[in-house]
Amino acid sequence: MSRFQFPESIRSRPIYGTLEPRPGKAHLMIADVEGAEALLDLAALDADLVRRAHIIYIPKGTGETHIETLRALGPAQLHVAPSFEASVQRIRRVLSDAHMGLQIYLAGTEGLMGRSQAEAMQAGIPHSAIQTEHRGSVARRVQCVHCKGITEDVLTDPFVCAHCGLNLFVRDHYSRRLAAFQGVCIDAEDPGNVPEPVELYK
Amino acid sequence: MSAAPQKTKAGAEKIDVTVSAVVPLNELVTRFEFRRTDGRPFPPFSAGAHTVVEMNDDGRTRLNPYSLMSDPADTSTYAISVRRDDQGRGGSLYLHTHVGVGDRLTLSYPVNLFPLDLRGRKHVFLAGGIGITPFMAMIAHLDRMGGAWELHYACRSKALGTYAEDLMQAHPTRAHVYYDDQNQRIALEDLLDGQPLGTHVYVCGPKGMIDWVHTTAAAHGWPDENVHSEEFLAPQPGTPFEVYLSRSDITIQVGESESLLEAIERCGVDAPFLCRGGACGQCETDVVEAEGTFEHRDHWLDDDEHASGKKIMPCVSRFDGKKLVLDR
Amino acid sequence: MTIQFNEETFRDDYSFRNSDWAIRRFPFPFHEDSYMYSVNMEQHQGGPEESVYEKRFDVDEHYVAEMQDRALVLAEDPLRCQSLPHMTLAGWDTLELIMVSKSEDSPDLFELHRDGDRWRWINKPMGIDHTFTFLDETTLPCGPLEYITRQAQGDFAVLDQRGDMLYMDAGMVTTQADWSLDFDIGMDFFEWHAPVPLANEMGIFKRALKFLLNVRQGSPARRLNWTMTVNPLLDTSPENYHKWGVQKSSLTPANIGAKQHLRVELQTFYRLPRSNGLLFPIRCYLIAFQDLVTIPKWGRRLHRVVRDLPEELADYKGFIANRPLMLDYLGQYDDGLPTSPGVWPDLETEPPLQT
Repeated sequence: MSRFQFPESIRSRPIYGTLEPRPGKAHLMIADVEGAEALLDLAALDADLVRRAHIIYIPKGTGETHIETLRALGPAQLHVAPSFEASVQRIRRVLSDAHMGLQIYLAGTEGLMGRSQAEAMQAGIPHSAIQTEHRGSVARRVQCVHCKGITEDVLTDPFVCAHCGLNLFVRDHYSRRLAAFQGVCIDAEDPGNVPEPVELYK
Repeated sequence: MSAAPQKTKAGAEKIDVTVSAVVPLNELVTRFEFRRTDGRPFPPFSAGAHTVVEMNDDGRTRLNPYSLMSDPADTSTYAISVRRDDQGRGGSLYLHTHVGVGDRLTLSYPVNLFPLDLRGRKHVFLAGGIGITPFMAMIAHLDRMGGAWELHYACRSKALGTYAEDLMQAHPTRAHVYYDDQNQRIALEDLLDGQPLGTHVYVCGPKGMIDWVHTTAAAHGWPDENVHSEEFLAPQPGTPFEVYLSRSDITIQVGESESLLEAIERCGVDAPFLCRGGACGQCETDVVEAEGTFEHRDHWLDDDEHASGKKIMPCVSRFDGKKLVLDR
Repeated sequence: MTIQFNEETFRDDYSFRNSDWAIRRFPFPFHEDSYMYSVNMEQHQGGPEESVYEKRFDVDEHYVAEMQDRALVLAEDPLRCQSLPHMTLAGWDTLELIMVSKSEDSPDLFELHRDGDRWRWINKPMGIDHTFTFLDETTLPCGPLEYITRQAQGDFAVLDQRGDMLYMDAGMVTTQADWSLDFDIGMDFFEWHAPVPLANEMGIFKRALKFLLNVRQGSPARRLNWTMTVNPLLDTSPENYHKWGVQKSSLTPANIGAKQHLRVELQTFYRLPRSNGLLFPIRCYLIAFQDLVTIPKWGRRLHRVVRDLPEELADYKGFIANRPLMLDYLGQYDDGLPTSPGVWPDLETEPPLQT
């Protein structure tokens, strides 16, 4: 599938790359359904590397898509999880058992990559050493700066905070620690004056 | 902006000290300990910091950087360990031959270009020869804070193993010493293997050792951010050359055994500096005009800047050619 | 002089006032009749007597009231003070620097008695007399950074320095000009400045970073920054923007002189000795337009600066909508006479307003 080209932005906005094989003692790969295609591309470059990898695959509601294809790559471990939340304890355990030399490959939506990256950083891996490749939806994970609640899969700007109900505009300012963009009240100075939401990147 | 007129206390960044002990450690290395001449405590410092020692060698000012190797928590004393360099330009030789207990010197405030990464879950130190000095302070610091560390220290022989015996005695499970003359080698690949996530490696020693550690760690999948190095560059002697300083409007001669920075200072032109070792970037100087070849030796400028011929780091780099004009 | 501490508020009834003394020593940030970004760093080694630059940490008539306001903000939102786990040592560095500086520079207000690691700290204006063990967190009621910055005016960002980069890894931020520590904590220097327009393109931050990486022990530096605030509100946080933002729409020609404030940050930079971190205190000074124009030179100059500021900057500093109102008001205090160079009031030499 075609890959989305994010417009040029400010310094805090993450930039995603293309997964490439890197030398390492162990390899952890986390992907959602569109991200799985990036893992298949990586396997085409270095099938042996994927055979040594631990893959955590989160196809969400897409059923069996890619599961057999990924299994056919012969990874050392393949874990299929219904959601990131369901897999996070396992991710933490894998990271706590890991040693220096572990390589991390993340592929899929910004929310999935961001949350996985935050876990890896928490475990002591610098973000610059974590590979990412964006695939699929351009939906954003946004934190409301007012109530601190995080709204997943935001597709419009402005949008309504799922927690406190304020109308928020989406900034490109991004926190790796929270794995979220910043949402700020759009009608604070002129309450009630909320523009029509438009689709992101339109 | 200049918001407010300055009331700068001259010399606020320097400390007058008196030599309180001179301890020869072996044939080449001597430890010098200092107290503040005014009797006050020293400022605390962070492990890995260095100080620039200012010596008055018969009218000529020598400025040499040395790692502070005393316990950072001990504000009564600063100590450095100096390896005598008979081929060098004379700073270490001057300390070894002219400086005794009771003598007065001037130290700069500590500057740290080789700090511990305080996020580290574990710290692995790799030392070559006199490169042991910053690790002495780091070990004292981590022992106080309860940090995890191990040391792998390569030195030429037992006789030249500065602090090797002391370290092994004090830390029998953490300090490992390797003697070249007994064909002992640091098993780098083994020790990089199996370190917990969040481990940081630090290397201080000769250039070859530093390159070896960076290359090997990268090949084992270690992030660059987790590998730290410090190579103290001493300015190398070279062919004398002439420089015109355009802002000061004077022509100066750089002698065989002095650096360009030292020659600039000798001629009374103020130039900023911190490390005098090609690492901090403070003395970066614009080249106005040049006909000849630069001998760039610093770690600060990137390859493009070196190739451009537009900038020079006068603390370690030299020039060979017909004409050099600097914006200083 | 002995300071008379004001009883005043920075919220609700906004009873904050500057005395004549505070007006004359206000850190007016414009040294000429126009403004553009610059790195504008200088050494922080004192300044004229009674000026805000004289001491390492200026203490003025607003001290006690500002500390009460900080306590209110923290009670509502404890996330305004945070420290990543590796920053505890930098917190102790900060505590040591502030206690030593204040006790040396203002001995009538603060005392520090040290016996090895046993320290006794006396803060007279706030009625604190506390003995604790240096580097032992269990002997303080909260972390060292929070403890000392509950007793020091201004925000504090504590930066970690790693591999030629600075990271916003700890801070106490309750009087900020619209940035969130909770969101920005952990970011590098370029990331936390990312939302600032123009300056990135101008290479300002690259040069500023180079300067800051080289700030050394014993040689602190300082600069000024500024913005505009309606009402003397210290907590102009993004967290509470949905509550205070509407105040920006409350200006009228009749109330602008009292309500509109110039907000100046005296930013200082200290190398922290034990952690090699960098302490970045951001001290906020507020002055109402009606007080500022009592200094004729400042009235003339502020009018010209606000009038000629590029759109992007007026927008970023959040007063583009109020600019016409501000110009109508300030225009009354600009008679077109030239102004003397520099930031000082020059009351003796500058002519009064010509009407």
